[in-house]
Amino acid sequence: MNLISASEVVKDFSGHRALNHVSMEVPEGSIYGLLGPNGAGKTTLLRIINQITAPDQGSILFEGTPIGQEHRHMIGYLPEERGLYKKMKVGEQALYLAQLKGLSRQEAMKRLKIWFKKFEIETWWDKKVEELSKGMAQKVQFITTVLHEPRLLIFDEPFSGFDPINVNLLKQEILQMKAQGATIIFSTHNMASVEELCDHITLINESEAVLQGEISEVRDRYRANKYLVTFKGNKEQLAKDLDPRFELLGVEENGMGQRATIQIKNEGEGSGDLIRNLVDITEIKAFHEILPGMNDIFIQVVNDTLQKKGS
Amino acid sequence: MNKIGLIIRREYLTRIRKKSFIIMSVLGPLIFAAYILIPMYFATLEDKEEKLMVVIDDSGLFTAQGADGPVFTIQETETIKFQVIKGVPIETFKDTFEESGYYGLLFIPANILASNSSLIYSTKQTSVEISEYLKRSMESEIEDLKLAQHEIEDIDKILAEVETSINVRNIKWTKDGKTQESNTGVIMGIGYLGGMLIFFFIFFFGSQVMRGVIEEKVSRIIEVIVSTVKPFQLMMGKIIGVGLVGLTQFLIWLMLSAVLVTGLKAAFFPELTQTPTEQVVGSDLFDQGTSAQDMNISTPENLANQDMDMAQEIFASLKSINAGIMIASFLFFFIFGYLLYAAMFAVIGSMVDNETDTQQLIFPVILPLILGIYVMISAINNPDNALSFWFSIIPFTSPVVMMVRIPFGVPWWQLALSGSLLVLTFLAMTWVAAKVYRTGILMYGKKASYREIWKWLRYSS
Repeated sequence: MNLISASEVVKDFSGHRALNHVSMEVPEGSIYGLLGPNGAGKTTLLRIINQITAPDQGSILFEGTPIGQEHRHMIGYLPEERGLYKKMKVGEQALYLAQLKGLSRQEAMKRLKIWFKKFEIETWWDKKVEELSKGMAQKVQFITTVLHEPRLLIFDEPFSGFDPINVNLLKQEILQMKAQGATIIFSTHNMASVEELCDHITLINESEAVLQGEISEVRDRYRANKYLVTFKGNKEQLAKDLDPRFELLGVEENGMGQRATIQIKNEGEGSGDLIRNLVDITEIKAFHEILPGMNDIFIQVVNDTLQKKGS
Repeated sequence: MNKIGLIIRREYLTRIRKKSFIIMSVLGPLIFAAYILIPMYFATLEDKEEKLMVVIDDSGLFTAQGADGPVFTIQETETIKFQVIKGVPIETFKDTFEESGYYGLLFIPANILASNSSLIYSTKQTSVEISEYLKRSMESEIEDLKLAQHEIEDIDKILAEVETSINVRNIKWTKDGKTQESNTGVIMGIGYLGGMLIFFFIFFFGSQVMRGVIEEKVSRIIEVIVSTVKPFQLMMGKIIGVGLVGLTQFLIWLMLSAVLVTGLKAAFFPELTQTPTEQVVGSDLFDQGTSAQDMNISTPENLANQDMDMAQEIFASLKSINAGIMIASFLFFFIFGYLLYAAMFAVIGSMVDNETDTQQLIFPVILPLILGIYVMISAINNPDNALSFWFSIIPFTSPVVMMVRIPFGVPWWQLALSGSLLVLTFLAMTWVAAKVYRTGILMYGKKASYREIWKWLRYSS
């Protein structure tokens, strides 16, 4: 069951199309990555899901029904540009935002106590936000985003501005929320975190969705038939004996032994053919396929679309 | 609690807890009290200083022989004292006058009856009060003298009979056949005060709404808030919250001012606390009720009672204004005028990133309000002419202009038309404002022009 289905969403700003027929299906209970270069339209799409702006065309469904006022309480949103009322005290502000999200004052107070303890920030309660550092304020804002335990969490660049320790803390919280059944959409430039956290991705470039799918399937789609072979033996001998259907791209040596990167050149030939050839000429200690990283895919896809536009 | 309620609560509480609010609440009435009390204080200061005048009366017309030597025939007052000196030339005072302690020297020449002039010598600028007093006193003495020369019998009696003072009172015939006495000055004052209060309230608290919007934009909290509530709810919550802050502030000012003025008056000017004014008001007006005001000019008591006390007149005028209509319309125009302009100020706030950019955007918005003030001042003199009429009907100026017309009596249909136009315009403006606002609050980096606002209006929301 998809929690969010966006279909054919179009959004125009004066003379500029921010989203061009973008569709996206976010399965319930998944972590969904929204990738793309700066200015591609990610934030606009997130704002439309948050009902901050309305699409010019297309629709957003929340559990199959058109998204409306009743869904606002079920969403928690952490915008890219973080912000709190600077002159307001931390505790008072957190209570206010929680009540806006429909929590009662007592319930909000109870939950805030737990979260403040967990993040070890109890002493901040009576501080004004302007007295906090940027990182401290971000922690407070993260808490106010998730406090009402929404079914859908939308994070726009959640890791920017956090130090590595807090990034880890945040990742654990996100994974825990997923375990508790929440659905999470986040946009990021951090490809390592995409590989680590996401189940599905959509890559938006130049206002269009150019790549979509389950992350393992996407990586599979961009495999280049490259394999990493750890072997025992003479590397010159290996290069000489290797069948010309296969190409040796390079050999590196480290404490673990020698590792060769080999590409299968012909379509229709698989890893079996390569192994049969290798068994005859050297001693294989390990053999696995090199799947492309999201970073490489990202760069490749973005460049491809740029070239298409150019031609 | 619903969302608008929560927003109103936050806007209200954060503002009234601010130091600036508390300071303004205390300072406001202090300034107000100072406006009233400082002139009073200066007036008493002036009175208390005793001024001794040397008199050289060459004419001898103003000198009588008293027990201790010659005395001046002009009455001394609490602050003006006289000392008559004979046979000393003026020049002897000239060089030592400063040290002598005299305030001035009055020289009455021998030929005053012919020349009609006298001189005051002094090292300081003689106060108008003293020279006016001397002038009037000498004039009346010389007039008496001249009259006496004609040797008319019973001249005093004739003069007393002849003396007349005409008091022009404004009596208005109301539609239900009653007569009402009114003092135009008091009515003007009340209308003017009401109009000015509305103007300042709109301007001061309207810009607070604008600053609140800018604050939310600059701190970037806006995106979180509008993902939770509709921009319209946020805007209305802010406008109502700030409006309540303004009402609270005015209430505090009113109460503190009353306490301050009475308190300070009792402390520093005890002699003023029980003036004849209050005695008259207390005994006359409230005991006799309105019968004294629904006057019939021909009754002998009223003719005899020609020196009607000033205070009585003021109270009579106050009664001639229908207090119920006055207060109700003040509150109505006060509230809806504020709401209309606050919505426009909210739009300006949503159009910019910082306060310095607001200047030129504010101008076209407050232009009608300033125009309203000018028309209001003219409407005080001509409450029923075409200019006053139209500006009290047009919604953008009506809150200010209608206030000065109401005390003079405005037909019901005009009140109803003006009021409903104001409410309709407010609703339309809020609808427009909400559309512009929801686009504007998410725009950063550039200041929007009014032309762009037109484009935003046509976006589907």
